[in-house]
Amino acid sequence: MVTANTTFSYDSKIEGEVVVTKLDAAINWIRTNSMWPMPMGLACCAIELMQVGSPRFDIARFGAEVMRFSPRQSDCMIVAGTVTYKMAPQVRRIYDQMCAPKWVIAMGACASSGGMYRSYATLQGVDRILPVDVYISGCPPRPEAILDALMKLQAKVKKERSGKNLFTA
Amino acid sequence: MSADATTALKGKFPQVTDRASADHPAVDVPPADLVAALQYLRDECAFDMLMDISGVDWAEGASPRFTVVYHLFSTKRHEYFRVATPCTGSDAEPVAPSVVSLWPGANWHEREAYDMFGIKFAGHPDLRRILMWDGYPYHPLRKEFPLAGLEAPLPGPDVEEETGTRLISAPMAGGPFVASPGEMNLTEAEPRAKDQSWNERNVKPE
Repeated sequence: MVTANTTFSYDSKIEGEVVVTKLDAAINWIRTNSMWPMPMGLACCAIELMQVGSPRFDIARFGAEVMRFSPRQSDCMIVAGTVTYKMAPQVRRIYDQMCAPKWVIAMGACASSGGMYRSYATLQGVDRILPVDVYISGCPPRPEAILDALMKLQAKVKKERSGKNLFTA
Repeated sequence: MSADATTALKGKFPQVTDRASADHPAVDVPPADLVAALQYLRDECAFDMLMDISGVDWAEGASPRFTVVYHLFSTKRHEYFRVATPCTGSDAEPVAPSVVSLWPGANWHEREAYDMFGIKFAGHPDLRRILMWDGYPYHPLRKEFPLAGLEAPLPGPDVEEETGTRLISAPMAGGPFVASPGEMNLTEAEPRAKDQSWNERNVKPE
């Protein structure tokens, strides 16, 4: 884009070698754009989760392409699939091993509510064991829905009082 | 041929009787003869592959209450053969002989039947639950067990303490959900609750 007005951009001659911002904004900017997912792939939703990492949908545009299979290196657990009662304690333990700050996306009907599995074996919603930030509907959700959930989570994180929490936590 | 296998088996084991079957030949074998009969079928009649072991619960009051069904396949003649045997033991703890000595693959099938029906396989080398976890108090495919499940503790006591979550009876909301048979468009054929007069908000009418 060609424009004569360049005063909105950073000008070192006027402002010096310093950028002024709010601590919350700086921290949240960093966090939202490097939200590394912990892919908790438990069922068919995990296939769609793989798709969202592919070039066609390209979750890398949002800085979340680094699927970490170690909970200690990840920020955002995406629970993709049916959580059985047998698996539930393991999911919770993996969540406990993630470093704060951490977020959870419940992907699909099963993770959100148990879905069609109204049965003795299935946890009726992963929010019974984890604090879920964003729910995605669908069975399974389209990859676009996962990107949408990620953007919603980013919007949520941008509103956090991260600077304050840094010193109180 | 399979008919020959039935005849040969009956000649060898006089206790064997025919079993009603819509497709493949099937026989009832008393539990005492079971391992020998299956070995005979495997070695002499070329039913060399054990496809599946399944259990049947004939509901409380039936005697014997549980039946174990062995599905055999011949990789040489491409035929199936079905062998059923009633369980011995009590209704709470039915017992059937293990055939792990004949087919190592029977190991997990028998563990599954034990997990779902509580059938104890005598002589099984490692009879643990396979789908549910150790310590789960029920056998879910028994007739008296509701589809929605029963309350029980979580497998991880530490997680249960931390989250306060236990196994609950799943909300059925008019279910179970059944698909309609017949030719119709896909929207109408979607699985629906049998009784839609009650759901999470409206209690089930008595």
